[in-house]
Amino acid sequence: MCSEHFALAVLAASLVLGSVPAFAASAEKGKAAFVQHGCWQCHGFQGQGGVTGPKLAPDPLPIEAFTAFVRTTDRAMPPYKESVLSNEELADIHAWLQSIPKPADYKSIPLLNQ
Amino acid sequence: MAQENGTRKHPRGALSRRRFLASAAMTGAATTVVSPASAVTPPSSSSDVAVPRAPSALPPSMRVAAAETDTPKELPRIGGVPGSDFMVDVIKGLDIKYLPSNPASSFRGIHESLINYGGNKNPEFLTCTHEESAAAMAHGYFKAAGKPLMTLCHGTVGLQHATMAIYNAWCDRVPMIVVGGNDLDAAHRPPGVPTFHSAQDINAIVRDYTKWDDTPVSLQHFAQSFVRAYKIAMTPPYGPVAISLDAGLQQEPIRENGEKLYIPRYVPTAPPQGDSGAVKEAARLLAQAQNPVIVVDRAARTENGMRLLVQLAETLQAVVIDQGGRMNFPSTHYLRRPPTAVNNADVVIGMELSDYWGTVNAYIDNGEHGIGVNTSKIKPSTKLISISSVDLNTKSNYQDIQRFQVVDVPMAADAEATLPALIEAVRAALPNDRKAAIEKRGEAAKKAFAEGKERTRQAAALAWEASPISTARLAMETFAQIKELDWSLVSSSGNVSGWPSRLWPMEKHYHWLGASGGYGVGYGAPASVGAALANRDLGRFSVSIQSDGDLMYAPGVLWTAARHGIPLLAVMHNNRGYHQEVMHVQRLSNFRNRVASLGKDMGPIGTSIENPDIEYHKLAESMGWWAKGPIKDPAELGAAIKQAVAVVKSGQPALVNVWTQPR
Repeated sequence: MCSEHFALAVLAASLVLGSVPAFAASAEKGKAAFVQHGCWQCHGFQGQGGVTGPKLAPDPLPIEAFTAFVRTTDRAMPPYKESVLSNEELADIHAWLQSIPKPADYKSIPLLNQ
Repeated sequence: MAQENGTRKHPRGALSRRRFLASAAMTGAATTVVSPASAVTPPSSSSDVAVPRAPSALPPSMRVAAAETDTPKELPRIGGVPGSDFMVDVIKGLDIKYLPSNPASSFRGIHESLINYGGNKNPEFLTCTHEESAAAMAHGYFKAAGKPLMTLCHGTVGLQHATMAIYNAWCDRVPMIVVGGNDLDAAHRPPGVPTFHSAQDINAIVRDYTKWDDTPVSLQHFAQSFVRAYKIAMTPPYGPVAISLDAGLQQEPIRENGEKLYIPRYVPTAPPQGDSGAVKEAARLLAQAQNPVIVVDRAARTENGMRLLVQLAETLQAVVIDQGGRMNFPSTHYLRRPPTAVNNADVVIGMELSDYWGTVNAYIDNGEHGIGVNTSKIKPSTKLISISSVDLNTKSNYQDIQRFQVVDVPMAADAEATLPALIEAVRAALPNDRKAAIEKRGEAAKKAFAEGKERTRQAAALAWEASPISTARLAMETFAQIKELDWSLVSSSGNVSGWPSRLWPMEKHYHWLGASGGYGVGYGAPASVGAALANRDLGRFSVSIQSDGDLMYAPGVLWTAARHGIPLLAVMHNNRGYHQEVMHVQRLSNFRNRVASLGKDMGPIGTSIENPDIEYHKLAESMGWWAKGPIKDPAELGAAIKQAVAVVKSGQPALVNVWTQPR
């Protein structure tokens, strides 16, 4: 969703926009919302990223920065307004991204050491 | 019909077909003037006899009436040596190995000559099920073999089918000779379907994206046109050419009428080199730069082109961005960099770029009100150099020229042909006191390359065990099975996040053949088959990453591959959608503050290829391929590809249908 240096700018924007309401976020619902709202199209079903969108997981941005970016991005990704993607759905998506485990070290994968 | 130097041997004697038609028409006109007088009795010599006034309209004579109302007599088209036999002699002189084509009546004359008189060799007729497939096969073949093919099309409907593939070849600077059959003579062509399929100027539909076209009206004209067409197509910038071939000319016997037909000798044209002054100025800028960057798209045509680019880069210790229109620069070289490397350049040299503006600028499709935002990627002081043969193309209608970019040193020249002079000029321009700094730049580049390689491999490990299968896993499971072979990645349709070029050691000029050029979807499958045909003869193993959407435009090319024994491993990137379009609809939905409607599918309505899922493995099997799938579990992928590789090594095509992540 954004490069590391851009995360700082997003974090600053999140302070302006205010914090996200606290929901009992559901990773399961988040996985469904991730598909329903098309996040998978550029970031992959596991949030692994690719040439069309950076990786989101593991270790997603903090929820405040994550929300600020999704709401206000002027990068390649179009912004998602609350009327399209609710705060609750966004929190669920974040919870799901947080639940994705770290990948194995590439050095342990023979095919990546050919 | 010996090959000669083009001089006229004998004056034209008796009537040719064209002259016969012209004189017949004149005779008819003369008859019309003379005949009415013969119908009136001339006056006697007596002056006192009143001369009857001739009426303004006279009844036609029998001859005139017959000329106006009878069915015209057919000209003899059988007997003697067929004109199309001579055409085959002309084609054979250019050593064109194959002719992919879908059969049609408008070129039946030359078709018959090719397979009977010509023995179906040089060229060999390859049966295609769609003209777009035939043209795209020629496209892929050239990029693997370096030699052009010809294709025959029905003049109107066939050429209409072929157009997108011809446009892709135009954008990708690939030569091919497109010959369209056309029955020009309205008085003698069969009525009905053949007339529906005829036109005054069939080449009009492709004129905007061919380098040259012609409509020969005699056999000698054909010989000159065909050799000229080949020569133009094969002079950089390469490109497709078109010839409209009259059905009558094909079918009629040779009537030399005292003039000996000859076949002009083909002599290749030397490619244009950069102006010596411009080369010197470019070398001066590069030699003095602190951070020169080389950007290449279709710079290297050959193995030598790659070698020259490596020489230039190492002389300067300049990083290279390979945009991938061709295999320009080894992916394993420490100077290879991603596109972002242009950001810190003080001098950029772009060679055969299809989009210079897009190389040094960015367009973000996310401005207010849905209007994109333009930004520069480079510093205002950055000097730009360009070597591009495409500057010599002068066409207006289609916009493959992209946005206009001001360049400080532009050269309308062929990059590969200019490289030797440029390397020499750079060596001469490098001041001795800069050599240590340049060497240091190289050491830093080696370290950065190694670090980048680590990051790339770790990124590939993400979603490694996922189902659908990640595109990185798809790429590496495939590579594991072909790495010991003399492989050639002939096409990668769809978008697999560039994993093959990021992870496979691409070091030979045929390790990657580039993409479609014009982004016309439907290129991947037929171009892969065409390239695999060339690689078969060169002893190379062909592999393609075949997307689902691309395959469904004209899947009949699978049959052509099986029919003609063309070995190709197609590993499918089956993401079950048109993913380039998925995000466009999502983007507009967001801009308009609406939730994208998915219907029953994963993507916005109209962008998915599911419900039902297409069983590509069965489709391929039905057309004579070995096939397996759908593979959804990454643990099963390696074994399936291994089986497929064994089939391909035996000389047959094989397809593995793999369910993949979107990108």
